[in-house]
Amino acid sequence: MSAIWTLLTLLILAALGFALGRARALASAGGDIRALHSLPGHYGWATVLFTLVPALSLLALLTMAAPLTPAGTVAVVALALAALAWSLRRIAPDFRARRTVERGVLVLLVLAACVAIATTAGIVLSMLFETQNFFAQYGWRDFFLSTTWAPRFQGNSDLGILPLLWGTLYVSFIALVFAVPVGLFAAIYMAEYASRRFRAIVKPGIEVLAGIPTIVYGLFALITVGPLLRDYFAQPLGVGSSGSSVMTAGLVMGIMLIPFVSSLSDDIIAQVPQSLRDGSLGLGATRSETICQVILPAALPGIVGAVLLAASRAIGETMIVVLGAGAAAKLSLNPFEAMTTITVKIVSQLTGDSDFAAPETLVAFALGLTLFAITLCLNVLALAIVRKYREQYE
Amino acid sequence: MSDISCPAPAQSLLKRGDRTARRHAAEARFRACGLGAILIGLAALAVLLASVLTSGLGAFRQSYIHLPIHLSEAELDQSGTRDTEVMKKVTTIGYGKVIDKALAEAVAQAGIAIDGLTDDDISGIISREAAAQVRDMVLSNPDLIGETIDLSVLANGRIDGYLKGRVTAESAALDSNVSPAQLQLADAMMERGLLSLDFNAAFLTAPDASDQRPEAAGLGVAILGSAYMMLIVLALALPIGVAASIYLEEFAPKNRLTDLIEVNIANLAAVPSIVFGILGLAIFINFAGLPQSAPVVGGLVLTLMTLPTIIIATRASLKAVPPSIREAALGLGASRMQAVFHHVLPLAAPGILTGTILGLAQALGETAPLLLIGMVAFVREYPAAPPEGLFDPASALPVQIYNWTQRADPAFVERASGAIIVLLAFLLVMNAAAILLRRRFERRW
Repeated sequence: MSAIWTLLTLLILAALGFALGRARALASAGGDIRALHSLPGHYGWATVLFTLVPALSLLALLTMAAPLTPAGTVAVVALALAALAWSLRRIAPDFRARRTVERGVLVLLVLAACVAIATTAGIVLSMLFETQNFFAQYGWRDFFLSTTWAPRFQGNSDLGILPLLWGTLYVSFIALVFAVPVGLFAAIYMAEYASRRFRAIVKPGIEVLAGIPTIVYGLFALITVGPLLRDYFAQPLGVGSSGSSVMTAGLVMGIMLIPFVSSLSDDIIAQVPQSLRDGSLGLGATRSETICQVILPAALPGIVGAVLLAASRAIGETMIVVLGAGAAAKLSLNPFEAMTTITVKIVSQLTGDSDFAAPETLVAFALGLTLFAITLCLNVLALAIVRKYREQYE
Repeated sequence: MSDISCPAPAQSLLKRGDRTARRHAAEARFRACGLGAILIGLAALAVLLASVLTSGLGAFRQSYIHLPIHLSEAELDQSGTRDTEVMKKVTTIGYGKVIDKALAEAVAQAGIAIDGLTDDDISGIISREAAAQVRDMVLSNPDLIGETIDLSVLANGRIDGYLKGRVTAESAALDSNVSPAQLQLADAMMERGLLSLDFNAAFLTAPDASDQRPEAAGLGVAILGSAYMMLIVLALALPIGVAASIYLEEFAPKNRLTDLIEVNIANLAAVPSIVFGILGLAIFINFAGLPQSAPVVGGLVLTLMTLPTIIIATRASLKAVPPSIREAALGLGASRMQAVFHHVLPLAAPGILTGTILGLAQALGETAPLLLIGMVAFVREYPAAPPEGLFDPASALPVQIYNWTQRADPAFVERASGAIIVLLAFLLVMNAAAILLRRRFERRW
């Protein structure tokens, strides 16, 4: 914890540096700020930068190597003090403080923007590394082609991804079958038929669904939809006896995706040029004919992109399937049976006490990488389609 | 001029033909479909909220037994020194006996007599947590010993379920944890005011409780953990996100690096949340050696997740500031940096804040990545005050909900739904704040 107190000390030093730097700049100009190259505050900020940057870099290096020792703290603070003294000595009326500060700030801005690259790199590298460890212990052919998933504590597990992939795709398919027509029709009605007042009331209502956390949907699946489907559909029809099933998870996930599909499609339909509508209506088509034969074909690429984005959402969704779909890895066509997905197994293999040398734990990283690859492909494809579509009408 | 022979129309244009009627019917059907889709969406929302509310509101009320308890010196402090170190030797079992005695006396005094009611049955209607609570109270204030105090202690979870209608006489007959005689006792005690359903403030403040004590489980640690994480997300994601957006929107040249950053941000916004959990586990815990289930790790992971949201919102509001503002500043001799920080950023601030609040709301409800970094652990100790507390184990609201759904006792379903109400209330407040902010400060140029 000494790292945090060291950090606070540095911040206090920096604040001190700002006051001293500003005062010294003013003093060096004899109180007449017209003699200074930059504003007095710039001299203060320059002092702050010179004080903080070397000391913070040293602190980061030290804490990354090992827990911070008292000697390390002393070294960091000493460095900060030395830098503070040095930068104060540099202050003179012709010191170009503004340029120095702005160059420093620009570097900070670039670093902040690069966090996104670092995150992606971190994701890919961390998973690649552990996946490599996994494939050193377990053949990749067995992983990708085996149809059984049966991890055992003693080892000798069957870790085939196919049943999980099947469950994932099945749940996502049901979710999309539900969400795409509903979302699309809702978007069409909202964009083409609804009055301004109706839209103002209903649109936020649908969008509330997008703001609800997935754990809430998960609990909804567990305590309401699951028992309902079991008691009124699965058991009377004799097709299943489990509350958690592909159907439960799929339906609830469909509800979650409605606002996602509808708001994306709404944007896309709104971008279709008004002249297309006017032309079709002028030739005597009804509004529904205009929508089905003119607007939807024109908006099709964008809508396909939206559906792909929704699919990527569905495939990566975790909490709804953890609570709604069940844990049994199965290859079955019956939607009222409990099945499991890639995300569920990542959670179950990585929670609790896990041994990071065993293939039963490491398989989660291989699953994660597969999931990342699938969703990445879908996202890239969808974003490219949507962008191309936007350019077409701009 | 010759007449143009014009075939008489098959039917009058003034009358609607079959084909037109069919087309109009199709139009009406199509329109109804659209309306139906919207109604399905709204109905789903209504059912979802109704289901959570009906099963969760019970968690805000709790059964308490009101008893005069005599804290006898002979039982609780035989030495008579009031020295807490010595008194700690008396375990909760000792306190349990004191409470049982008080309850038996109160029942006898009220003249309640029920067939087949054993002494064990009577003491069984009190929560096992009650003894621990009385012990904590006495240890923090040893002067209470020897006095008789009026206390409200927690009733057992099954009795609580009976008062809320979850447990019935039929289900009690099959349940080894509660007997029908106890339910009769509960009825009798209700009539005499010894037992009642009161507002459950402890639900918001108490820590989690073990599997056998759903009546004592609360959200205190989870709310604190979530608050710590939000603090970290706010402290990291807001400056980094704003800095990245300023660079991309105002300074970035059109080159490979900029393209790479843009593509990365667009993709990160759509990466499944669980993948961020794997990142947190591999990098922050296994590689950097940060502690498991600590808010600091959760906060870092959620920061990375929230960044794209904040960046997208910030860029949109920076873009909305007209270029004339920048040009005016530059014309007066400001540097580009000064133009951005002194003029553009303050004008974009409402939009940035709105985006940040929405990003925080998203982070508050996120569960999956937190499961992987060990926040599912059973935590009863409150984390210390920050900054040290950021490294203590804690829970988080959504994870606590998940945790409770995995417990066997059905009373925990009520707790989980109650926790969802709390979570949704927080989200509602955050979103309302965002909307108000937008309404109040949004400027159209």
